[in-house]
Amino acid sequence: MVLTGKSIKNTLTALVAVIPSLFFANPAADTTLVHAETAVHAEGEAHGHEHAPVDKKSKIKAFIDHHLKDSHDFVFFSDEAEGKHYGFPLPVIILDNGLHVFSSSKFHHGEEIVEADGNYYALHHEKIYKLDSAQAELSLDEHGHPTNPQVLDFSITKNVVAMLFTAALMFFMFVGLAKSYKKGPLPTGMGRALEPLIIFIRDEVAIPNIGEKKYRKYMGYLLTVFFFILILNLIGLTPVGINVTGNIAITLCLALFTFLVTQFSANKDYWKHIFWMPDVPVIMKIILIPIEILGTLTKPFALTIRLYANISAGHIVVMSLLGLIFVFKNWIAGPSFFGLTLFISVIEILVAFLQAFVFTMLSSLFIGMAVQDHHHEEDHDAHTDEEPIII
Amino acid sequence: MEKLVNDFSFGLFFWQAIILFILILLLVKFAWKPIMTAITAREVGIASAISAAEAARKEMQNLQADNQRILNEARAEREAMMKDARDIKEKMISDAKAEAQAAGEKIIEQAKATINSEKNAAMAELKSQVSNLSVEIAEKLLKTELSNKEAQSALVVKMLDDVKLN
Repeated sequence: MVLTGKSIKNTLTALVAVIPSLFFANPAADTTLVHAETAVHAEGEAHGHEHAPVDKKSKIKAFIDHHLKDSHDFVFFSDEAEGKHYGFPLPVIILDNGLHVFSSSKFHHGEEIVEADGNYYALHHEKIYKLDSAQAELSLDEHGHPTNPQVLDFSITKNVVAMLFTAALMFFMFVGLAKSYKKGPLPTGMGRALEPLIIFIRDEVAIPNIGEKKYRKYMGYLLTVFFFILILNLIGLTPVGINVTGNIAITLCLALFTFLVTQFSANKDYWKHIFWMPDVPVIMKIILIPIEILGTLTKPFALTIRLYANISAGHIVVMSLLGLIFVFKNWIAGPSFFGLTLFISVIEILVAFLQAFVFTMLSSLFIGMAVQDHHHEEDHDAHTDEEPIII
Repeated sequence: MEKLVNDFSFGLFFWQAIILFILILLLVKFAWKPIMTAITAREVGIASAISAAEAARKEMQNLQADNQRILNEARAEREAMMKDARDIKEKMISDAKAEAQAAGEKIIEQAKATINSEKNAAMAELKSQVSNLSVEIAEKLLKTELSNKEAQSALVVKMLDDVKLN
């Protein structure tokens, strides 16, 4: 068969057309799954074997949920039959009337209660709760959330390890690149791939949004954030599959950095536009104050949710498709879902770059809006058209 | 939203903030600053090299134009020199011709004068010889004529007639 450009295009179009149906199918499946699950719980253990497929589905769902979450230990794979997990533990650091540090292996993956300096702690869905005594059990409410008090958990989790790894990688990569410039004007080795990205961020992101005069000050932040998100996104796509950027705490922290950089670099015009909008009637000025303040807060919120949702969705889709291979377990579903997973994974690589770019782009846009010079009174109307629209 | 709040882990947030902050500081100091400086310096270098090349090209063009101009001038000068030389040659030839002519004429003139004087001299000699001859002839004639009386008287009569006539 000769694959012409057009037939490849058509195949791709057909595949893309199929994707939404899969996406919309998922929540429906999930809801039935939940119903089935509760049904299983209600009926008890008696029909356990008859509900084997449902059991498998819920297991996959639990696995995906677990995968999306941060983890207190590194598990590469588990042997279900023997209940063994292969990986290595990470340090747990708890702030609860003093600092308690112990290895996460003591939890035995959430199966055992740990005693530290006379206090008892339990691990439930990767959160650490305080217990009254060694014999006590976690008391769950009707939603399945524990009612025990949660402790401040500063553990070096899987995500923290991934971030430390990324930070170290970035440091060595870019310090290496910086050193390579001392030898000659052109970078060598990996620097050849990194330099175009740096120049891209400067020429396509920083300069158009912040302006030729002021961009230089923000390049350090923008470049760091871009490569940090990009590398973490890409690490999430490796078989190690650490979902760091699909974590709300991470994205919120990143967005907060952008927010702080924006607020601290904002000039007089920026604050004037928030608290006393020029060229509008006084009543409108007063009405606009809360709207503008809300506007400054929705920007980091949008940044937070965008990155979190995109990366989480990617992980969920890829893992769901992989899970479907094991749900159907036949010769048609296996290869076809494998192919589809491959296809989505390729799209996820694109998304990894795209989301890193979008985050950097919007950050520079917000910074640009805060530092740009307005020449209102005379030509304010003229350039309101140029003001970027952020959705 | 509840799920989001539930998923939020303060510990992770804390570590992320510290790691990111330190990473930004370290990279700005050890990586971004030298990298950006190097890239900017290189770009400035490239730009100046391009403008220098452009300037060199222009200079080259100017030089070429100069060369052309000088060549043209030299050619014109050569033309002029050749023309001058030709003029001079012609003038010399014509001068020489005129001089030669004048000299020739002079020689001819002298020759003519010499011829004339020679001729005159020859004429004079001829005249004297003729006169001598005629005197001799006349003498002889007279001698012969005057040998008889009648002839002598006839001559005297005739001479007297001539005098009368005069």
